[in-house]
Amino acid sequence: MAHILLRHRDIPGIEKLDVYQKNGGFQAFEQAVKKMKPTEVTDVVKASGLRGRGGAGFPTGVKWGFMDNNNWPHYVVANADESEPGTFKDREIMEGNPFQFLEGVAIASYAVGANLAYVYLRGEFWQVAAFLDQKIEEMEQAGFLGDKLFGSDYSLRIHTHLGAGAYICGEETALLESIEGKRGQPRLRPPFPPSFGLYGKPTVVNNVETLTNVPLILENGSDWYKSLGTADSAGVKVFSLSGRVKKPGNYELPFGTTFRELIYTHGGGIINDRPVKGIMAAGASSSIIVADEKALDTPMDYASVRTLGGDLGSASVIVLDDTVGIDWVVNKTIHFFKHESCGKCTPCREGNYWMQHLTERIHSGQGDASDVELLDSVARQMQGKCLCALGEFATMAVVTGIERFPTDFGK
Amino acid sequence: MSLAEKYPQEIQKIFAKYPPEQKRSAVMPLLHLAQREEGYVDRHAMQEIAALVDIAETEVASIVGFYTLYHDEPAGKLRFQVCTDLPCALRGAEQFLADLCAKLGIEPGGTTPDGLVTVEPVMCLAACNKAPVFQIQGPDGIEYHENMTVEKTLELVEALKKSSA
Amino acid sequence: MTDVTLTIDNKETTVPAGTLIVNAAKQIGIDIPVFCYHPKMEPVGMCRMCLVEVGRPIIDRNTGQPVLEDGKPKIQFGPKLETACTTPVSEGMVVRGLSEKAKAGQNEIVEFLLTSHPLDCPVCDKGGECPLQNLTMDFGPGKSRFLYDEKFHLEKRVPLGDLIVLDRERCIQCARCIRFQDEIAGEPVIGFYNRGRATDIVTYTDPGFDSVFSGNTTDICPVGALTTADFRFGARAWELKSTASVCGQCPVGCNIVFNTRREAKSDGRIVIKRVMPRQNEQVNEIWLCDKGRFAYHYTESESRLSKPLVKKAGKLEETTWDEAVAIAGGKLQSAGGEVVVLASGRLSNEDLFNLKSLADGLGGKSLLYTHMGGGDLTARFGVGAGTNFGEMGAGTTILVVASDLYNEAPIWHLRVKGAAKRGATVIVANARATKLEAFARYVVRYAYGDEVETINGLTQKDNIGEAITSAENLVVLFGSDGLGLGGSSALAAACAGLVQGRAGKPNNGLIGVWPRANDQGAWEIGFRPASDLTAELKGKTVYVAAADPAGDDPQLAAALKEASFVIAQELFLTETAKLADVVLPAQAYTERDGSFTSGERRAQRFYAAVPAFGETKADFAIIAMLADAANIELADSAEQVFENLGVTVPAFAGLTYEKLAETVEQWPVVGRGDLYYGGTTYENTQGLGAHLVGGAERGETASRPQVQKETALRPGSPYGDFAGQVLRPKEDQWLVVPVSKLYDQGLTVRSSKLLENHIGAATVTLHPEAAKRLGAGAGDMVEVTLDGTTAQAAVALDETVSASVALLPRSMGLPVSGPAVAGLKKV
Ligand SMILES: Cc1cc2nc3c(=O)[nH]c(=O)nc-3n(C[C@H](O)[C@H](O)[C@H](O)COP(=O)(O)O)c2cc1C
Ligand code: SF4
Ligand code: FES
Repeated sequence: MAHILLRHRDIPGIEKLDVYQKNGGFQAFEQAVKKMKPTEVTDVVKASGLRGRGGAGFPTGVKWGFMDNNNWPHYVVANADESEPGTFKDREIMEGNPFQFLEGVAIASYAVGANLAYVYLRGEFWQVAAFLDQKIEEMEQAGFLGDKLFGSDYSLRIHTHLGAGAYICGEETALLESIEGKRGQPRLRPPFPPSFGLYGKPTVVNNVETLTNVPLILENGSDWYKSLGTADSAGVKVFSLSGRVKKPGNYELPFGTTFRELIYTHGGGIINDRPVKGIMAAGASSSIIVADEKALDTPMDYASVRTLGGDLGSASVIVLDDTVGIDWVVNKTIHFFKHESCGKCTPCREGNYWMQHLTERIHSGQGDASDVELLDSVARQMQGKCLCALGEFATMAVVTGIERFPTDFGK
Repeated sequence: MSLAEKYPQEIQKIFAKYPPEQKRSAVMPLLHLAQREEGYVDRHAMQEIAALVDIAETEVASIVGFYTLYHDEPAGKLRFQVCTDLPCALRGAEQFLADLCAKLGIEPGGTTPDGLVTVEPVMCLAACNKAPVFQIQGPDGIEYHENMTVEKTLELVEALKKSSA
Repeated sequence: MTDVTLTIDNKETTVPAGTLIVNAAKQIGIDIPVFCYHPKMEPVGMCRMCLVEVGRPIIDRNTGQPVLEDGKPKIQFGPKLETACTTPVSEGMVVRGLSEKAKAGQNEIVEFLLTSHPLDCPVCDKGGECPLQNLTMDFGPGKSRFLYDEKFHLEKRVPLGDLIVLDRERCIQCARCIRFQDEIAGEPVIGFYNRGRATDIVTYTDPGFDSVFSGNTTDICPVGALTTADFRFGARAWELKSTASVCGQCPVGCNIVFNTRREAKSDGRIVIKRVMPRQNEQVNEIWLCDKGRFAYHYTESESRLSKPLVKKAGKLEETTWDEAVAIAGGKLQSAGGEVVVLASGRLSNEDLFNLKSLADGLGGKSLLYTHMGGGDLTARFGVGAGTNFGEMGAGTTILVVASDLYNEAPIWHLRVKGAAKRGATVIVANARATKLEAFARYVVRYAYGDEVETINGLTQKDNIGEAITSAENLVVLFGSDGLGLGGSSALAAACAGLVQGRAGKPNNGLIGVWPRANDQGAWEIGFRPASDLTAELKGKTVYVAAADPAGDDPQLAAALKEASFVIAQELFLTETAKLADVVLPAQAYTERDGSFTSGERRAQRFYAAVPAFGETKADFAIIAMLADAANIELADSAEQVFENLGVTVPAFAGLTYEKLAETVEQWPVVGRGDLYYGGTTYENTQGLGAHLVGGAERGETASRPQVQKETALRPGSPYGDFAGQVLRPKEDQWLVVPVSKLYDQGLTVRSSKLLENHIGAATVTLHPEAAKRLGAGAGDMVEVTLDGTTAQAAVALDETVSASVALLPRSMGLPVSGPAVAGLKKV
């Protein structure tokens, strides 16, 4: 099947404006501005069943519908922070198929009445930002951005904003703080961005991949999109496959593809043909799924992955084989979260610091059973108390690792 | 020389991105600009940026302190930031870092005697399928180097040495 | 706003919708533990200490009515605990703060906090009044599961400035201090550095922590991370006694507490260990400026006068009270109508009333020692009873003229800023930039000398005129920036014109930003400044109390030398005292009872906190002794004097000490057992003071004097202090104008060691271009020649000062009381 998001793999040169246009580029945006009311655009997206690809899987059209129309101006922010260990799909989309992404931003902006949109990129994506800046300029010159677009009254500008090394800025409210020139620390929610977002104004924050779906949904209709994927999870997804597989990479597949197909058919199987031991389906924030036959045959959609005691999240599938100790994995993830905890709330700030001491001790063989118990207890003690989801994420591998791979912890 | 004298156009461009009453938004891009030459932000730059965006210097410093790509102290001219996070570590990144440092004769986090290269481990760079991977943070911004080997990296260091000499 | 009814720990309560759970609980006496929450600041929900179980009625989707169970609404509890500090109440809500689940949550947060905490309570200044300590006892686990050896170690003594010290280990990252500086003080001079567990407080100002409100952060810090250089390792909280008082440093009249103890270190004397704010929501809320907090050390100076002195053979010698009183009293009696009493607003209402009664009894004059006029007008058109900056917001206009509130009355600066944040229209009119401008809606910049014209023209301006004339409430604060007695009197009259019709109403009227704490009281009691003080003193029997004219101005020193007899009543051997024939040692106000009248015309009591120094006596008592010697009977107890004052002076009618000691419940509730809610500020149990009755309220009809600028400057005019000419500096000359700075060399500041660095040297502030003309840059020394005297000062630069103007700070050793023409020369 032809790609929907990773179209550069089928159409060489689609990162060039003329090639993109030749392949139907910007028609969806033009048609929307010329022929559709903003709410009609939102309705199509709602009907398509598109859910956010940033991790939480929230229905995109519904989110757009939440924008507070008594408070203006509105903003759209594309979340290109992509900092979850194991996630590398947004970068490929932006580098390979930039115009489709930017068109998605433009359509979303039109749908919610925003005249200004930002693309927030993690600071490491310096080159990607420069590349996008160039693409944005080309769009301006071609009349796809600027004032009075397509002869209408609608105007739109898109700018990039570079972060500077902080995973927490992927969290949408921390991201907004960061654009405002502040420390990237999450805000209290509620209020949510559609009522109180950038500069205190209603704002839609969507993931890059989410937005990149939009032009084709408008072009081909919501039914077409819904016919792909599963009832619970419409459409296609870019799965970032990494870890102990022979061919790591991004694979765009319909929701509902099994882990087995992803790992063996697309990923070429495990390095040295070892048995697969565990799967982290949502990057470092994941529960660790025991990779038994049943799990391998589970379709990858939001609901099914949940039945395995995991989450699909942003579908960053990290594969662990039998050479990998789960105590080591857990130590790794805790180093990450301790490094990235913003420090705003107590349980995450202190809990990760504490857990790091424990995982370090356990992994280096200096811990004993009571340390494992304490680690488990500290992780559970953090749960349900943190201000944002990062603190919760940090506990996932710990709690499920100890529970599901007890022998790796000397039990 | 002040930033305003050095980069008048860039600064203008930065401010043009944000609503005029939201000057503060420019603080992050201005900090990136300030790091261009020396690779870190000194007190002068912080003061100037504070004045440019109309906030207190302490607030600027507070942002420098929060984000890991801003530095308040000089290091090597080029920072080789090697991802050793979980997915890369599953593909040998930790060994790569250790070997590279050994060859360069420095500890992770250390700088080569000529002051050119600092090698430091960093968290995931979103290139997990292309491990070992590092980025070079230097005067011209940030550049990715993917699917690297120690040999290729050492060649790169040699080439950089020559071009900077 | 609608009210909602909810249940918290089985108690039902009804509060306005939007109230946060933590506050609703507080109002019915339930203390939900908090660290980051503070009732004066926006909730941030960071520390997660206030976790409670929250249940809400299940609503039937079809009917919109609550689903019932056993006749009662069925309540559904969320799976997660919620933060009481960020969650607003809703109808039918059920909050459980004491349930097993909630308590476990709170316990777990305390455990997290303690993992990084050094547990050094035995040597911590906060010990005994520490929210973390208290909450650990009440809610925490008894035992740590964290390995002590793995604790994070950080620097324990990090001076953020010279007044505030940070202990990095103790900080729990609640950001109260940072938020206070940002939200309340408007000076974000401290901030977080790094992130995660490495989060750390830093300042990047020079000097460090550059804010006059810094001390407040130590009150609201819920641990011992921030301490004052003054109190650090000074005493344990539980050894301290507290005495209610009022700050004597400026006309705001902040309510304070003196914490004292008897200590070996001070030779077994009872000494003041620290000054703490005492809540008065109408005056200072729960805040203090650093001057009020740290300058009190002048009262303990070893160089204070301890015994009466008399001049014998041209030399002052120690004597007994009997002899001093006999000599001075006899002299007063014989001088009769030739007596001139000269006193300042540093004295209390009681002192001033006795002095005035004495002068009246002798047929002499009572003069107020000040450079600022207009108190007769504030007495008549002052703000009405019930005035509260805390209630001002949209609909209120606040005009601040010729005053740098940040330096002259810092807490008013803070409160005006707060009103602006709530929507009040703040207009700042001054000849130079001041800090308040950052929060003003309108800024009016005039040239020095154009004050009156500017004010008279304000109502003609479009937006500003509208903001003044159609404001629901209008408060005008005027000061003496760049002005002397004549100029400020004229300005006061112009300002009175703006509020004339509003006088007597709460949140309306005129406020003088006086140089001293009780200037307003002095005016009310009948003291008036002299337009030509030198003339008044020559040849007279002068009784000077709490003023140092000879030290301030060589011309006044000369005049005093020509007086026939001088009695000086003082704390220190000032230049004036050195010239005196009799010197009477007075008690500091920390050693005696009394009251001050604030600029808002609120009479407030202070109480003796420490025993008297040496043989000193209270001013009012000394005056009564002299009066007695002169055969005039005056009361000699503070309470009795105040009663007489209430009978004699109409503005004080009906006021008694009892009345001043009345309190009402204030919101937020602070200072009780739960120090974690409001901080270590004291609850006000000793009195909120009482408002004087204004002239307009008493039906006085006299209108304000019509003062034109020209009259003000005309020779012989009661307002003319420009010696009959409009000041027009010639080439090579400068118009020097006096300005006030917070930390000056005034008697009540300079002997506080802590503040030495803040006082610094005298400066002269010039426009950068003007400084260039002198060939001087910032910090260079210049010589100022003024009325024949010369002095040196360091150049400071300010772009908002006009070209031929030089600003000289008052009380920095340079004799400037009003605008003058002077020569400047680079040294
Ligand atoms: C700690 C944390 C990190 C996150 N990082 C990202 C990210 O890198 N990219 C992203 O799109 N969403 C990220 N999210 C999710 C965003 O908060 C937000 O839900 C998302 O951008 C919404 O877009 P969507 O509806 O299109 O998924 C993160 C959330 C959390 C709590
Ligand atoms: S959970 Fe962690 S990242 Fe989120 S607010 Fe708390 S400290 Fe910050
Ligand atoms: S989170 Fe409620 S008091 Fe800190």
